[in-house]
Amino acid sequence: MLRVDKPLHRSLGLTDEEANVINEILGRQANPLELAMYSVMWSEHCSYKSSRLHLKRLPTEAPWVLVGPGENAGVVDVGDEIAVAIRIESHNHPSAIEPYQGAATGVGGILRDIFTMGARPIALMDSLRFGPLDDPKSRWIAEGVVSGVSGYGNAVGVPTVGGETVFDSTYKENPLVNVLCLGVLPTDRLVLGQASGIGNLAVLLGNSTGRDGIGGVSVLASAGFSEEDDSAKRPSVQVGDPYEEKRLIEACLALLDEKLVIGIQDLGGAGLTCATSETASRGGVGMDVDISAIPCRELGMEPYEIMTSESQERMLAIVEPKNLKRVLEISNQWEVQASAIGKVTNGDSLRILSEIDGEVLADIPASSLHDDAPLYDRPKKKPELHQGLSGDELNPPVDAANDLLSLLFDPSWVYEQYDHQLFLNTVVGPGDDATVLRLKHPVSGKETGRGLAITTDGNHRWCLIDPKIGTAMIVAEAVLNLACVGAHPLAVVNCLNFGNPEHPEVMWQLSEAIDGMSDSCVSFGVPVIGGNVSLYNESEGNNIAPTPVIGMLGLIDDLKNRPPGAQMAEGDRLLLIGPETSGLGGSLWAANHGAFYGELPELDLEMHLKVAETIRTLVGTELIRGVHDLSEGGLGVALAEMAAKSSVGVSIARTPNHQALFGEGPSRAVVAVDPESLTEVLALCEERGVPVVRLGLATGNQFKIKDMLDVSLSDLKTAFISKLPNAFGVGTSNQ
Amino acid sequence: MSALVGVIVFPGTNCEMDVAEAVSSLGANSKLLWHGDEDIHGVDSIVIPGGFAHGDYLRPGAIARFSPVMKAVTQFALEGGPVLGICNGFQVLTEAGLLPGALQKNRGLKFLCQPSTLRVETTESILTNKAAVGGNLHIPINHFEGNYTCDKETLRELNEENRIVLRYVNNPNGSIDDIAGVCNNKRNVVGLMPHPERACNELLGSTDGQVLFQSLLAA
Repeated sequence: MLRVDKPLHRSLGLTDEEANVINEILGRQANPLELAMYSVMWSEHCSYKSSRLHLKRLPTEAPWVLVGPGENAGVVDVGDEIAVAIRIESHNHPSAIEPYQGAATGVGGILRDIFTMGARPIALMDSLRFGPLDDPKSRWIAEGVVSGVSGYGNAVGVPTVGGETVFDSTYKENPLVNVLCLGVLPTDRLVLGQASGIGNLAVLLGNSTGRDGIGGVSVLASAGFSEEDDSAKRPSVQVGDPYEEKRLIEACLALLDEKLVIGIQDLGGAGLTCATSETASRGGVGMDVDISAIPCRELGMEPYEIMTSESQERMLAIVEPKNLKRVLEISNQWEVQASAIGKVTNGDSLRILSEIDGEVLADIPASSLHDDAPLYDRPKKKPELHQGLSGDELNPPVDAANDLLSLLFDPSWVYEQYDHQLFLNTVVGPGDDATVLRLKHPVSGKETGRGLAITTDGNHRWCLIDPKIGTAMIVAEAVLNLACVGAHPLAVVNCLNFGNPEHPEVMWQLSEAIDGMSDSCVSFGVPVIGGNVSLYNESEGNNIAPTPVIGMLGLIDDLKNRPPGAQMAEGDRLLLIGPETSGLGGSLWAANHGAFYGELPELDLEMHLKVAETIRTLVGTELIRGVHDLSEGGLGVALAEMAAKSSVGVSIARTPNHQALFGEGPSRAVVAVDPESLTEVLALCEERGVPVVRLGLATGNQFKIKDMLDVSLSDLKTAFISKLPNAFGVGTSNQ
Repeated sequence: MSALVGVIVFPGTNCEMDVAEAVSSLGANSKLLWHGDEDIHGVDSIVIPGGFAHGDYLRPGAIARFSPVMKAVTQFALEGGPVLGICNGFQVLTEAGLLPGALQKNRGLKFLCQPSTLRVETTESILTNKAAVGGNLHIPINHFEGNYTCDKETLRELNEENRIVLRYVNNPNGSIDDIAGVCNNKRNVVGLMPHPERACNELLGSTDGQVLFQSLLAA
């Protein structure tokens, strides 16, 4: 079945020590099928064996949390008998090898995590990171990934409402494809992925099982890439079918509405092995699986292939025998294949049988696949003092206008390929500080007059300098993004994208990032309700810069009007709200000039909350015309984006130096204010104890910053709009 | 208005609830009609909404035209009943032969979800009887195969008979003669690529789609 030039367990990615533990658990030598099942479940991807120890430090509780980490998705109560399920997951390694299918199946997988909780998926966000735009292979990967998200997400009928797109040389050969999904459910439809009731049936719904994605998690996501054998791994990438998934969503939600299932679990990484053992062990029961009852796509598939296949669009439902007929009827209506493939048993054995009452091919304590998975406290080591150039050591720009234009880019080339409006919820779509969706009851459709806000954020430059403060800054930025649309934060999900955990420096980065996330989330009172860890992001021994990505969910209590967005109008006064910035460490401008090190600007969590609260009030009371938070590219880019989107120039009176223009100090936003409201806005800031600086005026057709730069609005808009279309051209597609 | 709008649902359709919401916001009722049902249950008009009927396999609409409900839809259309196809629904209607022409992949070979501005070209159709000729409507598009094409003879006929219902002001997808929507010669069957149901709520950015649904309800 596999190359035999080394012991089988090593070919499967298990260490000698892990193989010994397996034999101890079983009290005998594990057979090849059993080894294969352990190898996928004990892979880094499924077991979090390097990160579990650290993840425990995250705050996970709040009164509104219904389901925290450990289930398929986190769930929060948002009132009006509505709950929101949310999760983010990476599909980095498959996307590096086969960009279209890698991204497409990433979307498919995260959707199943949401509807398995009983929620209807209503929104996707994708946080994408690729190698540099001037590298043809990176462009090929980017184009394939975007086509994959578009091809699958649009056809499955779930809108992609936002996300991020980043191009940077650290992701050359190793893109990051993090997909977030959000679903809504009536609070009483919440179901968990567990089996119970001896004699109940395990029903497999959806696709036939094929040879795609055999051992995907252990082969791909749990080892680094080397140059020569990428193509040899291609059969491990799964192939997605959005039409199958669309029917599966409708069928599963119909089954849940009629209360026909006791527990339901999606098949993702580690396929049937994971779904059967997880449902059984969560329910404290055993399960017999009849391997001959599993519909296969081709003849002659080996049991180990069937049990570890990652064929997409499959779900496992636990059903009482009396309900089987109705389950099959509903499945049939939606043209979804359904087969009873096993039954819940006493004890805790997961047994794989050749047929009912046939030969026992594997007999494993179900819980051992999860609970006994290895837990590593891998060595950590702070990297040697950074030797590189600091942003503050750079000379001031020779041509500030040119520097500013080079930092601009409009991601609409990406998101216009995604349906971002389906379900009529999208009040603010992609491309703004945060996405805003109407909150409607998922069954009655009744409007609540409230809104959900979501943002995804990451910044590897900050985290390379200091993963702890950098991660806290990312969380802070998410809070401010939500404030810019008038929302207060409810919950965080995270995707931790790091390098090889066997390198102590990477483990240090991971541990520090978790501490930074923990500290900031505690300060902001926001629980972390789910996450995903993606390790071994490296190419030829170079680890990627640490890239924790967070998704933050917020609520808008009163959504009467569309939030203002990054707009301004002729004659508006422009104000900078928030503390003074210091330094260029970690800034995009510095990185573009080859300076990746230095110190991060200070993050004052208390001041940050005050600023966020003030912005939220200004948005809620409709006192301002426009608002935009400062992030990559600092004040310069924030103003330029507002100018490009509003087609109005600016005349900025005072900017002390280029640090003030390009520095990325946190807790700041630009607001555009009608002169009539100016006094009121300034008074509110003073009352809240929040610093405010009068920047100048929105006016005319020039983008002017006194003694620094003067560029025409049309040149600025061209630079903003044309970067991606110029890089990718038109009329090309690899699918 | 008490008109009952039938909204066809194929496996893979995804805009049915959005159309229902738009119809209900105008005070009318709607009823979902399953593709496997040959009966249209006495509805007053029919909308084939957007989505990916039967996964758009083979090509959009190619399988949907064989769904049992399409027999009834065709009969209803031949009897003069108002039938509207939106996006995938437009593709289904061309495949079913109820509207001329075909929808090819967009110029640029990309899926496009973006705002568009449409010009009303005629008020003599079930979609535009309440609109004003020459008026501009802001209604988003959301498609990969929205590039309308037809042979020269058909195009001449469409123009001569004033059957081009809506045109793009800035053609986004390469459609021949900027065509965004057309009707049949009895003017009771209309297909358009843009999504009027996405433009019926101020919070979502436009209410220009309302006049089109009001026209359908009055037809």
